[in-house]
Amino acid sequence: MGRTLLSGNEAVAQGAWEAGVSVGVGYPGTPSTETLQHFATLPDVYAEWAPNEKVALEVAAGVSFGGARTLVTTKHVGLNVAADPLFTLAYTGVNGGLVVLVADDPGMHSSQNEQDSHNYAAFARVPMLDPSDSQEALQFTREAFELSERFDVVVLVRSTVRVCHGKSMVECGERIEQSARAPYRPDPSKWVMMPAMARARRVDLDARMSALAAFAESSPLNRAEYRKAELGVVCAGVCYEHVREALPEASVLKLGMTFPLPEKLIAEFASRVERLIVVEEADGYLERSLLQMGVVLSDSGLPGAGEITPGMIRRAVGMPDPVLRERDDTLPPRPPLMCPGCPHRPVFHAFRKIKAVVTGDIGCYTLGALRPLAAMDTCVCMGAAVGMAHGAELAGGFADRPVVGVIGDSTFAHSGITGLVNTVYNGGGGTIAILDNRITAMTGHQGNPVNGITLQKRHSHELDLEALCTTIGVQRVRTVDPHDVAATESALREETSTEELSVIVFRAPCALLVKDKGQPYAVDEDACTSCGACVRLGCPAIGKDEATSKAYIDVSVCVGCAQCVQVCKFAAITHTGPACDIGEV
Amino acid sequence: MPATTVMLCGVGGQGTILAADLLAKVAAAAGMAVKLSEVHGMAQRGGSVDTIVRFGDEVHSPVTDPGDVDHLVAFEIIEAMRRVHYVKLGGRLLVNPRAIQPLPVLTGDVRAVHGLEAALEHEGAIFVDADVLACRAGSPKSANVVLMGALSVGLEFDKSAWIDVIASRVPPKTVEANLRAFELGREVCLKGECGL
Repeated sequence: MGRTLLSGNEAVAQGAWEAGVSVGVGYPGTPSTETLQHFATLPDVYAEWAPNEKVALEVAAGVSFGGARTLVTTKHVGLNVAADPLFTLAYTGVNGGLVVLVADDPGMHSSQNEQDSHNYAAFARVPMLDPSDSQEALQFTREAFELSERFDVVVLVRSTVRVCHGKSMVECGERIEQSARAPYRPDPSKWVMMPAMARARRVDLDARMSALAAFAESSPLNRAEYRKAELGVVCAGVCYEHVREALPEASVLKLGMTFPLPEKLIAEFASRVERLIVVEEADGYLERSLLQMGVVLSDSGLPGAGEITPGMIRRAVGMPDPVLRERDDTLPPRPPLMCPGCPHRPVFHAFRKIKAVVTGDIGCYTLGALRPLAAMDTCVCMGAAVGMAHGAELAGGFADRPVVGVIGDSTFAHSGITGLVNTVYNGGGGTIAILDNRITAMTGHQGNPVNGITLQKRHSHELDLEALCTTIGVQRVRTVDPHDVAATESALREETSTEELSVIVFRAPCALLVKDKGQPYAVDEDACTSCGACVRLGCPAIGKDEATSKAYIDVSVCVGCAQCVQVCKFAAITHTGPACDIGEV
Repeated sequence: MPATTVMLCGVGGQGTILAADLLAKVAAAAGMAVKLSEVHGMAQRGGSVDTIVRFGDEVHSPVTDPGDVDHLVAFEIIEAMRRVHYVKLGGRLLVNPRAIQPLPVLTGDVRAVHGLEAALEHEGAIFVDADVLACRAGSPKSANVVLMGALSVGLEFDKSAWIDVIASRVPPKTVEANLRAFELGREVCLKGECGL
């Protein structure tokens, strides 16, 4: 195979493929998404998107039970969703190797919280490996499958955004075919976790963890690098690379396996350095664990929140900063925004007009919380919009403001459906807006049950949202094209004015799926009254002239969706010529 | 030799990630150790983005700190100013002078900043009209490759390596336009001082 430049995500996929994995399953979530996408393109494998991470892990558990090797991919918050089966699969163990890639997001580049999945390893009692770059991502994934079968455990491979989305050179290997794997043998004492069996498996789990702890002491996954004795650093994952960059002369204990920890190796390392610090991101898992072992640590002073950089490590040990250019902190911020032509925009525009209290969810539409739309009141986790809308109604009302839950197509399939079943069952009211843009857009356009596009492009069924909602007992279900600004507003006004529970499916494809861009629009300055209605749409193509307050449209950004034309009462927005007329050429 | 650090910054959708990938592949083809670090997801949706490429005999960290960047390639002028403190003294600063106003400016919530060209010139910036040159090359989307052309003049890699990587990496229909874009970016740097 030879050397090639791979991202950490691609390398995990390659490692799984080399380990003979035949089935991969997951739910898209930044920064994990490309792993399963890449795996799906490799030969002789089956891969699928599951509607959520719990289902993905359960599918994988069945694959393992049946004797084949299987990879699950998730981002950190997805592991919360899959936590229920994970904790019990720690008890059952595996037949075919079962490895879960969990991609953490220190710094929260695209996440709602910053959790350190090491805690899951310790909490659920499943071993965890921490690769520091793409090469290790491949090797550790291969090793994880060996350990999974050898110790009868689910193994977590913990990656972080800088490993997932970092690229470095990787030496790829050959695939080990797993066709001769042990077939399934019935064994209820291992696979049926009712109390009597589970109690025995809990004791067995502790024995398996003890065996793994002994393995950790001598495994090359953990490596003490002795250099100068003045300073020793304990670290894992990408932090190892930051430490090597910042402190090339320091002794380093690089932990490739972070649960269970090699206590003797740590004690030995601690005894051979004069001062010992821990460098880790997002939480104090390693530091707490070492302190619990009685290891004497110096406080690194590094923050718990956010990402670590080499410069922060240099500062922490008292090294001087380089001479810096002046930093300009007066620049306007540049938050992410809904794309030009996004079909979600008129829905949020209408939420604002009807003064709705909006319980939101995870996806592109979360950007509706930002100004100028500023029409989302909550965002907690996948599926929460539906349950929270019901709860908000139960709180007793918001001074005549209607409650609307807003959720995407993929997110509704992920965990919105059960919330809606709950509202129906308990006789709740309110309105749920399902923004069906025909794709899982935020993570980069994955298929999902609603659009019926599978990961490997197999023939599939397209989930009928309206029929589903009707079947579970919603009496008022309607479909609206969100590009029709007036229809969007009137549908929301009608549905929120009844006491009954209602669902509006706003269906129009993601702007990035629309290949034929419309002719761009322009503002007729004479007709424009500077009312600002078009600017309040929050379209990145429309601005307000600083001097005249009149609106203008950037033809190189405008995609001709005509949403702004509909909100202009003065017919000041008209068609113009084609784009790419920028400057003198 | 310490690793060389290049930071590419711009606005989501401008092609910084593809450009960084081209550079990383050129460095890899030269047999160097290389690491690339990008962040996408939310940032893809018109937010600020930066991508870091580091290459040399040995590369450890995939990220960088203020004062450590050898070459900053800014695809947009406000983002250039936002990252200027990352460039080491004596480092190179290539800037596409195009401004893409952030939404808070478009809506009038925040005032636009003026005088960025002068401020960046004071910092030693070299301006490359990448959007204009990209249109001249035949593809307005090739501004990222124009900037790689300009960057290539200050790096040790053979031009032929760039051409090979571009030809194999960009969409087949756009290869010719992208190679023209690369050449136009190089010309700007070869004619002018280009910070070298």
